[in-house]
Amino acid sequence: MTSIGTGYDLSASTYSPDGRIFQVEYANKAVENSGTAIGLRCKDGVVIAVEKLVHSKLLVPGANRRIQTVDRHIGLATAGLMADGRHIANRARDEAASFRDIYRSPPPLKTIVDRVGLFVQAFTLYSSVRPFGISTILGAVDKDGPALYVVEPSGVFYGYHGAAVGKGRQLAKTELEKLKLAELSTREAVTEAARIIYAVHEDSKEKEFELEMSWIGNESKGVFVPVPEDLLAEAERKAKEALENFE
Amino acid sequence: MDHFPTNWGRPRNDAYDSYGTYPIPHRPYNGPKDAFGEGVQRTQQPIVTGTSVLAIKYKDGIMMAADNLASYGSLARFKDVQRLTAVGEFTVIGASGDMSDFQYIQSMLDDKMVEEFTSQDGHALGPAEIHEYLSFIMYGRRTKMDPLWNSFLVGGFKEGQRFLAYVDLLGTTYSASAMATGYGAHIALPLLRTAVEGKENLLTEEQAQKILEECMKVLFYRDARSLNKYQIATITAAGPSISESRELATSWSFAEGIRGYGAQTQ
Repeated sequence: MTSIGTGYDLSASTYSPDGRIFQVEYANKAVENSGTAIGLRCKDGVVIAVEKLVHSKLLVPGANRRIQTVDRHIGLATAGLMADGRHIANRARDEAASFRDIYRSPPPLKTIVDRVGLFVQAFTLYSSVRPFGISTILGAVDKDGPALYVVEPSGVFYGYHGAAVGKGRQLAKTELEKLKLAELSTREAVTEAARIIYAVHEDSKEKEFELEMSWIGNESKGVFVPVPEDLLAEAERKAKEALENFE
Repeated sequence: MDHFPTNWGRPRNDAYDSYGTYPIPHRPYNGPKDAFGEGVQRTQQPIVTGTSVLAIKYKDGIMMAADNLASYGSLARFKDVQRLTAVGEFTVIGASGDMSDFQYIQSMLDDKMVEEFTSQDGHALGPAEIHEYLSFIMYGRRTKMDPLWNSFLVGGFKEGQRFLAYVDLLGTTYSASAMATGYGAHIALPLLRTAVEGKENLLTEEQAQKILEECMKVLFYRDARSLNKYQIATITAAGPSISESRELATSWSFAEGIRGYGAQTQ
């Protein structure tokens, strides 16, 4: 890494001579070390799936969820530092609640993402703070239909049809590109998402993982909730099958 | 800065107020003042009001009824107001009293339900919790001498348990198997008690509906702030459901025979 030793990477409030902020780039490294998270924006809803690496067998199954709920119709998944993820979810909830308070209607995802983006960006301005070590996938079905965004540690956010962050993002993106997301139903997307998470998981060197999946769409009655257990189990079974056939 | 030396503490010499004739409680207050403090008014009366709410226990759960009228004093101002509202998956609240306070409470409870939903902890607020929360809100506001001018019936069904309770602007709560607010507590409650008490586990949905319809009819005849358009809510194991507005069939032919007031020639 060329930045080390130059002194330009010690603070988020210092540019390098070629105009980069190294602390933000290091934050991206924290994201790259995390288990993969993907989001699929399909025909009638959004599915978010996470490869949650389980670092100890002593942990209660299902503990430390990485997919969190922001509002009835908004959810998010984070890749990177877990604690930062919790903080950003709390902030997003506050923003959603404040929108409801002022406008007396459910917030559109774009507004929430905009505010979360501004919040994250503020942490790239000062030497006294560190940028967020997370990328956040936010999904919702709002008045304009299904929506999916990713907020990066720099504070930028983009809208996506399919998004992937974390360790296995490259392979996951390749797999997502093969799908016709605009024609996919949420139920089909659940199977595909499970398959992709299983495919990107590096079995050889990685620890155990749990597949975590939430969705919103007509089938979930328009609220952001975890995918029902039977459907999740079925998707996992198919994913394992696909993996064996592939190998 | 307080420019009144008598407020500074004990006088420094006996030549000045030597007998302490300026008693402490009577000293003028010269600190900062809220210029609008005296202009602030607390709710002293409801403005746009809804009348009675009725609720009973029956075999499958709770059934509630309220008409669609919001009165402005004695004027029948709004005739399409829904006074029964579902809160979450297990509860219905029926409101009488000030409708703007009711709307405030609706949005406050909705915010609370969203907050609970987002925690995703596997627990959902049931009728008992909502009623308890509501009672604390109501009592808190009356203690601030700024009450929310309502009386509520909270009905619900969760984990096989029926729930029915009351809370009002004073924060008073109680529970029974047949309940009514407002004018209905005078006119309809005796009828409801006779029809329901002791039969809570026998009454079918049809019977319960019949009882409430009959009471709504009596109320429409006797309560000058009521309307012949009403809604029925049921809360059962299947969750809350609030009916469309329905009309009461009433007959006024007897009015012909009334003598003593009105535009009669003899």
